[in-house]
Amino acid sequence: MALLEVKDLKVRVEEREILHGLTLTVNEGEIHAIMGPNGSGKSTLSHVIAGKPGYEVTDGQILFKGEDLLEMSPDERAAKGVFLAFQYPVEIPGVATMNFLRTALNAQRKARGEDEFSTPDFLRKVREVSKSLNIPQDMLKRGVNVGFSGGEKKRNEVLQMALFEPSLCILDEMDSGLDIDALRIAADGVNALRSPKRSMVVITHYQRLLNYIVPDVVHVMSKGRVVKSGGKELALELEASGYAQFEDAA
Amino acid sequence: MPAVQETVERVKRIDVDQYRYGFETLIESDKAPKGLSEDTVKFISQKKNEPDWMLQWRLEAYRRWLTMQEPTWARVDYPKIDFQDLYYYSAPKPKKTVTSLDEIDPEILKTYEKLGIPLREVAMLEGVEPKPGEEDPNKRKIAVDAVFDSVSVATTFKAELKKAGVIFMPISEAIREHPELVQKYLGSVVPTSDNFYATLNSAVFSDGSFVYVPPGVRCPMELSTYFRINERNTGQFERTLIIADKGAYVSYLEGCTAPQRDENQLHAAVVELVAHDDAEIKYSTVQNWYPGNSEGKGGIYNFVTKRGDCRGDRSKISWTQVETGSAITWKYPSCILRGDNSSGEFYSIAISNGFQQVDSGTKMIHLGKNTSSRIISKGIAAGKSQNTYRGLVTAHRKATGARNFTACDSLLIGDKCGAHTVPYIEAKNSSATFEHEATTSKISEDVLFYCIQRGLSQEEAVGLVVNGFVKDVLQQLPMEFAVEAQKLISISLEGSVG
Repeated sequence: MALLEVKDLKVRVEEREILHGLTLTVNEGEIHAIMGPNGSGKSTLSHVIAGKPGYEVTDGQILFKGEDLLEMSPDERAAKGVFLAFQYPVEIPGVATMNFLRTALNAQRKARGEDEFSTPDFLRKVREVSKSLNIPQDMLKRGVNVGFSGGEKKRNEVLQMALFEPSLCILDEMDSGLDIDALRIAADGVNALRSPKRSMVVITHYQRLLNYIVPDVVHVMSKGRVVKSGGKELALELEASGYAQFEDAA
Repeated sequence: MPAVQETVERVKRIDVDQYRYGFETLIESDKAPKGLSEDTVKFISQKKNEPDWMLQWRLEAYRRWLTMQEPTWARVDYPKIDFQDLYYYSAPKPKKTVTSLDEIDPEILKTYEKLGIPLREVAMLEGVEPKPGEEDPNKRKIAVDAVFDSVSVATTFKAELKKAGVIFMPISEAIREHPELVQKYLGSVVPTSDNFYATLNSAVFSDGSFVYVPPGVRCPMELSTYFRINERNTGQFERTLIIADKGAYVSYLEGCTAPQRDENQLHAAVVELVAHDDAEIKYSTVQNWYPGNSEGKGGIYNFVTKRGDCRGDRSKISWTQVETGSAITWKYPSCILRGDNSSGEFYSIAISNGFQQVDSGTKMIHLGKNTSSRIISKGIAAGKSQNTYRGLVTAHRKATGARNFTACDSLLIGDKCGAHTVPYIEAKNSSATFEHEATTSKISEDVLFYCIQRGLSQEEAVGLVVNGFVKDVLQQLPMEFAVEAQKLISISLEGSVG
């Protein structure tokens, strides 16, 4: 069953059109990789799905679980199960990570009409997940991402993903700024979250990440469109031949 | 349930919109004739059954005031105040001595209940004993003095404090019952000639709180005063005097609210603190006077003089303030570090939204040897507001080894507001060490989007980021107050984005 359907999506930033009619369908439980050169519109797509301000959708639609996603505010989308793991997670000084996690989780639960987590339940859950991601407890007491290394920031994203249990995870350039060990820890965390009920869209420049998070489908984006789709072998092909062939196709 | 905790509960239930204290209480009141003259001063003094020395003190201040000019150096802009167009005294009727809560006008009790200050619950007035099983000994007690317009309507826990030797009562009563203390200390920190508004206050102040903690006594509970302006066209001029004798300790909280009105209301208070050898006074304020509407109409003009005198060696005075209300704020809680090794602290959060104008800060005046002071100021400007930190740090010639650390951080929300930092630093002793740090930043769209992507609403996101920004100061507040302040901050910033 389709979880996410992007149909003929056209998006502008200020006066410039970035996406020129993009179509993409992600079924439940699938992992899709989106690859493409800089400026092909990969990050724009992730931002528009999450609802970041500053983008104007001029045509097309996005359905999420059959509902019109573009009609929802970004926080509603989050509560419905859309999660964006940021390429550059922000720092929030003075707000303890633990407090942030709890505030966000309870905001989502409240929006869905669920009860807030009790403190012991919440702590148990955080402890469990952070242990599996090799996140020390004292990191959770620090301000959100303040003074975190690149690897710690990304692990904090995966921690939130595990905690919020979204049905769609968009990973925006998760490999940027990570060494191979940090990448492996983060990818292991992501793999642990694979489930028949959860889909992922993995955005990346490089094939490297896809050795760790193996996709079901690979899409190549160029100049604001998906120009080719295929199985995981497409990523290897790209690694060998580069993006140039698609620049012309677009 | 303690007053503050009750308030927090109430805040949780309140529909988060606009100023939540903007109701008016309809009660009959006893007013002085409009305008200011020697007769007004005499009227007030007479209403209070004051001794002659007090009347003379007031008249002297009044005569001095006539020769003074309103200060114009602050970065605030407002139409000229017509001091003859105000009422200087308003007391709820009937005016008689109140001995139990049952004799207080039920309308006033209702007002305090709306404010989240359930006098009936916390309060056991003198002689009113708690019923068995009514009191939970685990709950922290807070003694409350409630000032309605010009008059103190109820002071709670008086008997229990008396047992500890602590005097906590309306200043009007203290003038009659403890004249030797009042005469010794009143005006000794803020002299009647100090400044235009302090002098005006000296002439017409009607009530306020008086605290005396005897030598070696640690005040057994938090003391708290809630100020409420109700009457139209009435100025509120309260006067607070707190004395911690040798080795004493007291923590005092102050909260303020007023109804929503189209016209501006004047509030000119004076607070004096005196700390003797080894004494410590902690003074916390959550100021939430009506800030005016979204077009900048109405709101309180808050011209306040607060000063603490570290008179004794090793004494300590700490000011913590959370300023969210008032159309105009003009306020500089200060410390005179007179005793050797004395220390002063100023922790401030000043939030302005809409058309609010804040000019606030502190003065740390180092006179004694090895005195130290610390200033942490967090200014948050949103809407079309202007937010100025103005601070003076000075070391006298004899203040060997004076030390100060100042950090002023400003956060801007939106692009129509302004934040300004005006530090004055003077060292007349070459051994003084003064450090000053200042930053100004804008709340980032990326940070907000990150929070919202995690499920927070726009306003929750702003509240979270701002609470993180002010955390260092919030930590200085007594626990229950900190929670209340945190909610208040979020509420004050509603509608500041988008």
